[in-house]
Amino acid sequence: MLDPERKNPAVPIEGNPAAALEELHTPPMRLQFGPSHPATHGTVKITLDLEGEQVVWSDVEVGYLHRGFEKECETGYYYQNIPYTDRLNYSSPILNNTGYCMAVEKLFGIATPERCNYIRVIGCELSRMADHMLCIGASAMELAAFTPMLYLIEGRELILDMVDSLCGARVTTNFVRIGGVSADMPANFADFARPRLDRALKLFEDADKLLTENPVFRQRMEGTGYLSREDLVAWGVTGPMLRAGGEPYDVRKVHPYLVYGELDFDVPVGEHSDNFDRYLVRLEEFRQSRRLILQCLEGIPDGPVDADDPRVRWPGKGRVFNRMEELIDQFKLVTEGGMPPAGEVYHAVEAANGELGFYIVSDGTGKPWKCRCRAPSFSNMSPLSKMITGGQLADVVPTFGMINMIGGECDR
Amino acid sequence: MSAEKPEEKAPAAPELSPLLEKVLARLGDRVLAHRTARGDDRIHVARERILEVVRILRDDPELNFDLLLDVTAIDYFGQPDDFETKLQVWDRNRATMRRLPQRRHELALPPRGSEPRFAVVYHLTSTRLAHRLRIKCRVPEDDPKLASVTPVWPAANWLERETWDLYGIVFDGHPDLRRIYLYEEFVGHPLRKDYAKHGEQPIQEYVGPGAKEPRRPH
Repeated sequence: MLDPERKNPAVPIEGNPAAALEELHTPPMRLQFGPSHPATHGTVKITLDLEGEQVVWSDVEVGYLHRGFEKECETGYYYQNIPYTDRLNYSSPILNNTGYCMAVEKLFGIATPERCNYIRVIGCELSRMADHMLCIGASAMELAAFTPMLYLIEGRELILDMVDSLCGARVTTNFVRIGGVSADMPANFADFARPRLDRALKLFEDADKLLTENPVFRQRMEGTGYLSREDLVAWGVTGPMLRAGGEPYDVRKVHPYLVYGELDFDVPVGEHSDNFDRYLVRLEEFRQSRRLILQCLEGIPDGPVDADDPRVRWPGKGRVFNRMEELIDQFKLVTEGGMPPAGEVYHAVEAANGELGFYIVSDGTGKPWKCRCRAPSFSNMSPLSKMITGGQLADVVPTFGMINMIGGECDR
Repeated sequence: MSAEKPEEKAPAAPELSPLLEKVLARLGDRVLAHRTARGDDRIHVARERILEVVRILRDDPELNFDLLLDVTAIDYFGQPDDFETKLQVWDRNRATMRRLPQRRHELALPPRGSEPRFAVVYHLTSTRLAHRLRIKCRVPEDDPKLASVTPVWPAANWLERETWDLYGIVFDGHPDLRRIYLYEEFVGHPLRKDYAKHGEQPIQEYVGPGAKEPRRPH
């Protein structure tokens, strides 16, 4: 017996509910979400079984962007693999460059000069800001809020201008070198950066005002995509998603690298572990990144930007063209690569989406025997099926957006 | 399985890192070998005991390795873990440079060693105690099997699928051991060293459930 006033009599109100449901029951509908869907920023296929609008079963399939990063790295010299790392997470490439180069430096046992470390932190935090802007903007756009996206993309352009000024490229930066960076930053970089950081923050605040108090946005985000703190840790989730669940695990604090140990910044932590908290954690991380950059611009020391280590750094054209030994040295470095001692290292940095680790095994030759990238997106994607099963179909989109899966990094 | 003991050949390193002291005290003879190099601690474990070892590492309150960062494998081609034999027998670069240009992308492989061919590597960390540990298990080529650690950390689910996909190592007890990057009909495991870098293969026709029937003529 169903309520005759209801247009869609989905809920029986009297009689035997189980029998009425049995009568109404239809087989679940199979929906293919992706691999190329307007509401997923990345190529991923999600197969959903729907009962009405409820997801009763799901399967996530990645690998559409698999390019054989690790196989490729095994056939290139250490310095030749840096551009491949740009293409891992193409929205924050300097973070990937830094992670890879620091792992190789750990293998060689090279300490980089202080000025280089400050420049790397500036590059990393600029990348993190750009990544969070893109993540929030794209996720908001997928929830039909188009205006904040425009604000954030404009802000991201300003940040990419600064990246451009640092290394001459906007997206595929190839900025960090083994033992240094490709070039010192421009002399007037601080004056160039400060107004742009202020303007980017202003745009970010506007987008924040448009989204955070927006009832539609909040209803879509609050309470969806929940995963408990214990589950997050057990599933290997790191980054803003883990911190939104109340776990203050940040590689920059736990295992400080570069100059993060000396700089002053806070790690925002959420409490509800839902999509809205993940969004709020990203908002706050953006402001902390800006704070870090301002501190670096203030405190950056003078000095060289390259570790003067002949095993990895080329001698420089002036000396190569005039001296025989340096010519031979450069020739050997280019054609055989710098050769680290045999052994293995794991080094992790805090990328925009979580812990980005590189595990490099060396056999003592110029090419890595194995170069493994521990991609945060891959581990963060693995509980997606658990997070969306049992929820509504519409919740898949914000959950996926807040994981911020980057295909290049997840599929490698 | 023959146990690898890299520190027998290496110069003696008597002092243990504080973490390894705790790990060795707790695990005892389950650890076949250990080493601290470049600030990273690692232990070697027999593959039969991996599940037992990781349970202890996760549940012990002083170790508390609750976050599984990574599972991967290495194709050592039977060489020992730190390639001690390299200088005597094989210079990979020289062999590569004398290749014909069209074959320059191929790997010059070392001679096969006597150790088991693969090593499965686990990276663990603790969110509370902030230490990291690497576990290595040697796995032979003719029987590449290992117990899955999915019951301990569900995070291992996709990571072990990836290791199966790219290295062909079978994880016993995995709930859903499918390929993850490549398609099911793909032949071989591309990150093995004997899979050539441009070992292209034609896309195999999909024959699984939901495959299209051949088109009938008009």
